[in-house]
Amino acid sequence: MSTATLHETTHHESHGDAHHEHHHQETFITKYVFSQDHKTIAKQFLVTGIIWAFIGGLFSVIFRLQLADPNAVYPWLEDLLGHWAKGGKLQPEFYYALVTMHGTILVFFVLTAGLSGTFANFLIPLQIGARDMASPMLNMLSYWFFFLASIIMLSSLFVQTGPASGGWTIYPPLSAIGDASSGSKIGMDLWLVGMAMFIVSSLLGGLNYITTILNMRTKGMSMTRMPLTIWALFFTAVLGVLSFPVLLSGAILLLFDRNLGTSFYLSDLIVAGKVLPNEGGSAILFQHLFWFLGHPEVYIILLPAMGMASEILSVNSRKPIFGYMAMVGSLFAITILAFLVWAHHMFVTGLNPFLGSIFVLLTLLIAVPSAIKVFNWLTTLWKGNIRFTPAMMFAIGFVSLFISGGLTGIFLGNSALDIHLHDTYFVIAHFHIVMGVASFFGMFAGVYHWYPKMFGRYLNNTLAYIHFWVTIIGAYMIFWPMHYEGLAGMPRRYYDFSSWESFKMFAGLNQFISFVALIVFATQILFIINFFYSIWKGRKVTQQNPWGANTLEWTTPIRPGHGNWPGELPEVHRWPYDYSKDGHDHIAQTEPIGADESKH
Amino acid sequence: MNEFYLVAIVAMIFIVIFQIAKASEYVSILKGEEKSRKQNNRINAFLMIAFLVLGLYGAWYCNELYFGKTLFPQGSASVQGENIDLMLYITIAVTGVVFVITQILLFWFAYKYQESDTRKAFYFPHNNKLELLWTTVPAIVLTILVAVGIKFWFGFTSEAPQDAVVVEITGHQFAWDFRYPGADNKLGKKNYKLYNQPAGNTLAVDFDDPDSHDDIHVTEMHIPVNRPVKLVINAQDVIHDVGLSHFRMKMDAVPGIPTTMWFTPKYTTEEMRKRTGNPNFLYEISCDQICGKGHFSMRGIIVVETEADYKKWLESQKSEYFTLFPDKAPAKPAAPLAVDTTAKPMASNIH
Repeated sequence: MSTATLHETTHHESHGDAHHEHHHQETFITKYVFSQDHKTIAKQFLVTGIIWAFIGGLFSVIFRLQLADPNAVYPWLEDLLGHWAKGGKLQPEFYYALVTMHGTILVFFVLTAGLSGTFANFLIPLQIGARDMASPMLNMLSYWFFFLASIIMLSSLFVQTGPASGGWTIYPPLSAIGDASSGSKIGMDLWLVGMAMFIVSSLLGGLNYITTILNMRTKGMSMTRMPLTIWALFFTAVLGVLSFPVLLSGAILLLFDRNLGTSFYLSDLIVAGKVLPNEGGSAILFQHLFWFLGHPEVYIILLPAMGMASEILSVNSRKPIFGYMAMVGSLFAITILAFLVWAHHMFVTGLNPFLGSIFVLLTLLIAVPSAIKVFNWLTTLWKGNIRFTPAMMFAIGFVSLFISGGLTGIFLGNSALDIHLHDTYFVIAHFHIVMGVASFFGMFAGVYHWYPKMFGRYLNNTLAYIHFWVTIIGAYMIFWPMHYEGLAGMPRRYYDFSSWESFKMFAGLNQFISFVALIVFATQILFIINFFYSIWKGRKVTQQNPWGANTLEWTTPIRPGHGNWPGELPEVHRWPYDYSKDGHDHIAQTEPIGADESKH
Repeated sequence: MNEFYLVAIVAMIFIVIFQIAKASEYVSILKGEEKSRKQNNRINAFLMIAFLVLGLYGAWYCNELYFGKTLFPQGSASVQGENIDLMLYITIAVTGVVFVITQILLFWFAYKYQESDTRKAFYFPHNNKLELLWTTVPAIVLTILVAVGIKFWFGFTSEAPQDAVVVEITGHQFAWDFRYPGADNKLGKKNYKLYNQPAGNTLAVDFDDPDSHDDIHVTEMHIPVNRPVKLVINAQDVIHDVGLSHFRMKMDAVPGIPTTMWFTPKYTTEEMRKRTGNPNFLYEISCDQICGKGHFSMRGIIVVETEADYKKWLESQKSEYFTLFPDKAPAKPAAPLAVDTTAKPMASNIH
């Protein structure tokens, strides 16, 4: 199927038609809706991701409202949410539903599908010199399964008993028994079915990315000449393909426990005054299955951001990325280790202490490749000639956040400290900085950098700079003080702290954090406006290679059609990081090696 | 109506910012795009260094404001927690140095190496010595952190001393219940199927087991100071978590899988009130694992008191068996209860 498509495309190209898409009788439906063009699919993922990010972000603003002042009454909230905000006060069930959906949406629908889905689709064929994915058909299905998952997940917001409310980690028995929580009724089934569809989407996409990268590189594009974005997206796909099926099986067993009376995760239960018949299951089993995906998942989110930051830092420093092979090697090391650390989420579940110590060792090992990456990024900046494009700003912000959030991982990965810090605000601060905000910064960097290639127009720079500065300052102001709340032992997922002698001294701080969160959220709306406005009204791109980059996507026409290159596929002669070499500002990958050129 | 104005004002601010941004784009075209790009570059480079300075000041200021509130300056309230505090300080020292150095380098490089027409970027693709250096140094430092951490970890997770006071803690939506083994120092067996709320057997104790007859069931936990306490942790419905922030301890309560944890309290509640300067201070048990809509209110209280006060409290408690089956109680008040400190560990009756 894939080779047939490829031959067909090549055949069209051989006629030298610059706009081969005109050969197909393309309708609006085939061009924008059921498109098989990887670039269109990428944009579909991006726009869907932005919509999800808005919804997920809005949820966090609503529950921050509750944390700001647990006693406040907002009559308009009742107008908006009905019985979920009875008397203008957010109900605890709905608070937990918002927290759960915020996590689910941001982790899976935005930072997995929205990030990988967008940039893997967009960049892989363009940067390796392919006309499309190995299977454009499966690629299209990948988006539409994601769309289906989105619809199912969204519909759970509208059921009478509310969406899932047991946290995005959906630990049974809470998530398994409807009597334990109203969110564990039909909302939980929708969550599980939605996630199953999501996993199908992710697997279809991942298999395609791996196949395309391994088989469809253009002439001369050896693996070691691939941009680091492609390496990162490759390892991301490998992580996803190997770990998502485990979550799928975990979710299906949970569906069985919920609906078919099995006891995979259930035993010895007395819920709502009734003794349940389930016997012999283990609630901890689910956590092993969940975190076997759940931990690689954080790298599924982080690696694409790392790859894009590497590329953007290099282009805008006008310097090669420092230590290319070490960067690839550290991505590889992180990929392997990502599978071997899941139980560090379970240090306080009664885990065998010896097993726990092994997971401490393996977890802290990840700090070594991470340190290599940070120092290599810093050295890439050193003696550069830095252009602060909005993309570059976000890439630098990414490095800053990755350092800040990564270092607190050394606290939590050490079981001796995790005993105190587990499930406190310290954890919230850690993972929001390192995989939430940092990955968002990688994603923003990618959007600002490749927007001209996606839409043939630029985003407004002034809005971009406002977006960057407010977001980075705001993100630090929100999450930095949370470390202190965590040190005091303040638990996550609390609706109200005012009756706790141990935690109520942070009421003022909670108010401050909510206030900043509101401003940061408003700034993201500014970005969304900029994004959609510029698609039609942005400044037009007039140069084929506006950033002076070496990679292949900038050798395509300003608005490439389906098939990407109008003529022959480009041939690659060198790695993508020859910036400021031998007196040249940049040397594109398609330039043959000169006879007198120095070796790198 | 107020909300309407608020929305209108926010919308106005959006429009103003948007128009300014649009106008600046036109200005940059008039001024020459290259020129305005370079101006932007200088402004942002300056902001990078300003962000670094203000950010580091902000981090220090935040510490001034909140470190005291974490109660870390007062130290751990348990002997075992001292090692957690030590581990924390070691980790803060190590990561703090790395944090400050790398953030300074990042933003300082960004400022120093901003675009300049007079300078060319330095082609520097790799350097094996440098890379080897920053592979091995982090590896060595982390090995030390792992070694110290694991040593402490094995300490926390070791078997409780034989003279430990044993308390069984059971979590359910949304409260904690406590059971003391009584004079025989043995907790009676439990079987969740025997749960019977109308009859008062809410902990599902098997009263056919004679060990259960002197067990005490209370809703507030009392423990003596300076003696190891071993918690046997259960959950009835969903996963809960016994979070003891002042003792720096935490352990999940999992239905069907009892867990344990032990620690030695250093200060009584009264002493802690003086140390923290807070007359309302309480040792609180927080549920640290989301367990449903009342998760945030699943609060337990631990009273740490002197050995004498503890004994007095224990003696004043009536066994659950005799409370539920008053006809079986001896005519005289129950014999004074005392904890036998020389008794064998009762790991064998934790099922």
